[in-house]
Amino acid sequence: MQRWPVLLFLAWVCFLFFAGIGLFMSGFLLTRIELASSSSCSDPLVPPPWERQSLPPGSCWAPQRFSKAVLVIIDALRFEFARFNPAKASPLPYENKLSFLHHLATSQPRHARLYRFRADPPTATMQRIKGLTTGSLPTFIDVGSNFATYAIQEDNLLAQLVQNGRRVVFMGDDTWEGLFPKKFFRSYFFPSFNVKDLHTVDNGILQHLYPTVDSGEWDVLIAHFLGVDHCGHKHGPDHPEMTKKLTQMNEMLRSLVDHLGNDTLLLVAGDHGMTETGDHGGDSEKEVNAALFVYSKTALFGAGPPEEPEAIPQVNLVPTVALLLGVPIPYSNIGEVMAELFSGDGDTVSAALQQLSVYHINAKQVDRFLHSYSLVAQDLPAEQLQRLQELFSSAVEEHSQLLAQVQGVTLVPPELESRLGSLIGRFQLYLREARAVCTQSWARFHPLRMVGGCTLIAASCLLCYVASELAAASDSFYRSCLLYPLLWGSVVAVLLGLARVFTQEGLDLLLVLSWAAAASQLGFFWHWWGRHPKRARLAGSQPPLASVGLRQRLRAWLGLAFPMGILLFRCGAMFSDSFVVAEARVAPFLLASLVMLLVGKLHWDGRLTVPEGPKQQLLGFSSYRREIWYLLCLVAMLLVCVRLSGFFHQCREEIPQCRPSLFLSPLASLRNTRAKNLFYLLCVALLAGLVYAVRSWLRHYGNLNSSDPLVLFVRWGFPLVVLCIACYWAVASSADDSLGKLQELVQVAVVAFPWAVYGLASVGLLLLLCNPMTVFAKDTRESAGSIVTPYLGVPSSEVDFLHVIPQIYKRMQESQKSRLEQGSCKATVAAYGLGSVYSAALVIALTLLGFLLMLLHSERLSLAFLLLFLEAFMLLHIHTRARDLAGD
Amino acid sequence: MKEAEIRRLLAANLLCVFSVILTAVVPAFFWDGFTVLGTHLAWLCVCSVCVSTLNIILHLVLKPNLSPKRSSFAQKISRFLKCCIYFFMSCILFHAIIVLYGAPLVESVTETFLFAVLLSTFTTLQCLCVLGPNIQAWIRVFSKNGAMSIWESSLQITTMCSILGAWFGAFPIPLDWDRPWQVWPISCSLGATFGYVAGLIIAPLWIHWNRKQLTYKSR
Repeated sequence: MQRWPVLLFLAWVCFLFFAGIGLFMSGFLLTRIELASSSSCSDPLVPPPWERQSLPPGSCWAPQRFSKAVLVIIDALRFEFARFNPAKASPLPYENKLSFLHHLATSQPRHARLYRFRADPPTATMQRIKGLTTGSLPTFIDVGSNFATYAIQEDNLLAQLVQNGRRVVFMGDDTWEGLFPKKFFRSYFFPSFNVKDLHTVDNGILQHLYPTVDSGEWDVLIAHFLGVDHCGHKHGPDHPEMTKKLTQMNEMLRSLVDHLGNDTLLLVAGDHGMTETGDHGGDSEKEVNAALFVYSKTALFGAGPPEEPEAIPQVNLVPTVALLLGVPIPYSNIGEVMAELFSGDGDTVSAALQQLSVYHINAKQVDRFLHSYSLVAQDLPAEQLQRLQELFSSAVEEHSQLLAQVQGVTLVPPELESRLGSLIGRFQLYLREARAVCTQSWARFHPLRMVGGCTLIAASCLLCYVASELAAASDSFYRSCLLYPLLWGSVVAVLLGLARVFTQEGLDLLLVLSWAAAASQLGFFWHWWGRHPKRARLAGSQPPLASVGLRQRLRAWLGLAFPMGILLFRCGAMFSDSFVVAEARVAPFLLASLVMLLVGKLHWDGRLTVPEGPKQQLLGFSSYRREIWYLLCLVAMLLVCVRLSGFFHQCREEIPQCRPSLFLSPLASLRNTRAKNLFYLLCVALLAGLVYAVRSWLRHYGNLNSSDPLVLFVRWGFPLVVLCIACYWAVASSADDSLGKLQELVQVAVVAFPWAVYGLASVGLLLLLCNPMTVFAKDTRESAGSIVTPYLGVPSSEVDFLHVIPQIYKRMQESQKSRLEQGSCKATVAAYGLGSVYSAALVIALTLLGFLLMLLHSERLSLAFLLLFLEAFMLLHIHTRARDLAGD
Repeated sequence: MKEAEIRRLLAANLLCVFSVILTAVVPAFFWDGFTVLGTHLAWLCVCSVCVSTLNIILHLVLKPNLSPKRSSFAQKISRFLKCCIYFFMSCILFHAIIVLYGAPLVESVTETFLFAVLLSTFTTLQCLCVLGPNIQAWIRVFSKNGAMSIWESSLQITTMCSILGAWFGAFPIPLDWDRPWQVWPISCSLGATFGYVAGLIIAPLWIHWNRKQLTYKSR
């Protein structure tokens, strides 16, 4: 085979798959267009009672209520962490720890209040920071960019504060640095990447927090603590470390409140919650339920707190904080103001009027956003926008009528009060519905694109199957099955491009590419179909199909239908919600069925029994072959391994009552030291066993004989990687305070060992890519060198003769000896490991990738990895055995 | 001869079908609150017991495997004991296989074991009745062209249908329809029962349909 056509063919197949996946993703992953416009102080949104002249200085849109604000973000502060239940006798490690919040809320009910703070999924920290500052819903497309944070382009709270001359000081998580470059008046960033590190960020903040607060050189102070989140990731919420962390937070809040002035608003918020294993990112109830605590030394609320804390969406914080601090609401905000914070000290009517005016500003801003968004993108449904528009204009109209009535009247009639209440209700309805419409349409899929993507991928799979059957074909194969399809594809792409240029529409590159892929696939199948009859005629020596009985054809088809049915069911189950949820049980079930079916089929065809001799025929008995027990043992072991792997199940968030496997939690979450040590030793032993098994497999097939760099890496690098991983596990699972003076060393080790593993694994992969051959060739042929020293003229002296004759003798002796040793065999070239040349490279690559994955998972999952390798090994062995048995 | 034997087979199989149907209906008259779904374990026991007694009685009456030798009483006893041991072992084996297929290991052990007993009744007991405790004969029967009489063909079909039914019965379990029969092991045992009944009905019809092709080797 030539090299280039094969490479080109592979590249084309890759392109087909990429086009299919891309098309599917564009319909499946949610996207939202970010608007570039931003609000400004001079926007004509100001309602009648506060004409621009009447606003106090330094206020925009609404009079400023607080000149300063402190926003304390405690990462992953679940609502249950912040709640205090004095009746609880034996609280869990995370319960009743923030007692100071409870103390404030009970002793000063009009100054402090606790809320449930509902985060919008995805509950990853960067998406939450975006939501908390822009007031909009970051969509799933952003999830992938969490590790490479980039600046927020949309209008946001920080941009508004800076634009209006406020000094913003930040300390904590360095994610903010990437999101808001050069926005802070002063900043203290600490690294957030190492999730096992509980104290660096928090201690850094505590070091700077009080001096900064006391210096007074700030208007808004943001402190983002990461300790609670990292403690969740490392130990889980139900652990004494969490108690320590929450107690530390409680003390921090207590002394922070002592340092605050009367004109300062304090907000303590969690950006998301955490699951029972300390993870977050999904939309389960425990991840979404964060806590928000509001406090100020001047009275905030008109009435006492409700019995059960109110639940508010996270986006509501943005307009509230903006208007309280007297800056414009960010342009793309869809949150609703928390009106009870605006009631002030006056009577109910003036409180209601104040609330109405902030609602009015908020509604106007949301209306403006919806209007400009619908001009840019068409994804908001028109009839719902129309309805929202009507709701908005009627509420605004009634608002202005009411204001006209109220003005100049000193005593407000009671019936007006109820009208005020209903008007507030209508504004609330408008804002909530607008949010609902946005959420709905930004969570909408494009079914046509998804179906198209699936079809492209399915057709590509079929194409691979067809091509694998055609592979041993001649040059004309490449012409008809590669060149023509590529031509078709490029012609379609060019035509589409030209059409787009002439119709002046925006060129969607992805659509053009998918059309090109579809066209080239069609071309391939067309040419393949054209060649098909010819092949059938060429193979005309076989009996024509018609003479084969219908029954036999049906039987052959049925024999294939069952395993194919299992495979198709596995694919089809992806489209059923219930089967996706139960995937952890469905896949092992189908695998077991497939293997049992294989054994059953072999038995039914009589391949497992000894061929019948006359004696057996006479008796009507059959007995099994000897080698069958090996196959049966393999099958039984495979089934046991598959069943054992079920012990490592992770729960899906769709099943709230499910308990995840205990093995999933990291070793650091174990409190019993003996159990921890035992498990640690077991994990290391399993890891070493895995490497030993791989190495002995390679040695058995002779792939460890050569001295290529790759083989050397397998012999020496693999144990080194195991050592590094074992050290990392030891360091990561140790308790924090048990190490004392070694703390600094541990800090270095926690970073150094993973880097070593990554480095070694990437070196291994590079070596594998450069030279994947692990074959050792040994040449035992006689060397073709000259037998004696070359003739140098007439031997002049006896010395020369003495030199030549022993050489000839020695040579003859050697050749005789070798002939005697080898008998009749001729000298040969021996190549070790030639039979497993492909599989060895694959096994090495898989082991290297396994190392990387093991490092990323919790320690006790190494058993699952071992099971995975064993399963693959046994499945392949069963396959070869079955082929051997079926063959003869 | 053949026609008459097929008719005998049909009659025997129909009797089995009726017994299965009766186990679902009759106990409700004696026992308040008996339903197949509600008191599933009781039904599993009743069904297993009824089907096995009927099968043993039919086997004694019809004698499909005419053994030429007369055997002594002691041999009969040892054969019977062997049958019991085989049946018990097959129950254990089925239980293990069901667990390997994903049934819960610790909780609902009773359910799983009774389901294994039911499956053994539908498969192993039939084999024991027709072939006796003779593993080599079993191996022969469950391979292509291994059946030597219409009874053995019928055995092949009913056994396979029962196991297939139990296998298909597992498919509705993950669905979120919230039906009472989706609980483990109801759908599987119902699937096995339906498969068994279908096998009993299909077997005589299939043998009748293919009587020209079926040429049994004589012993």
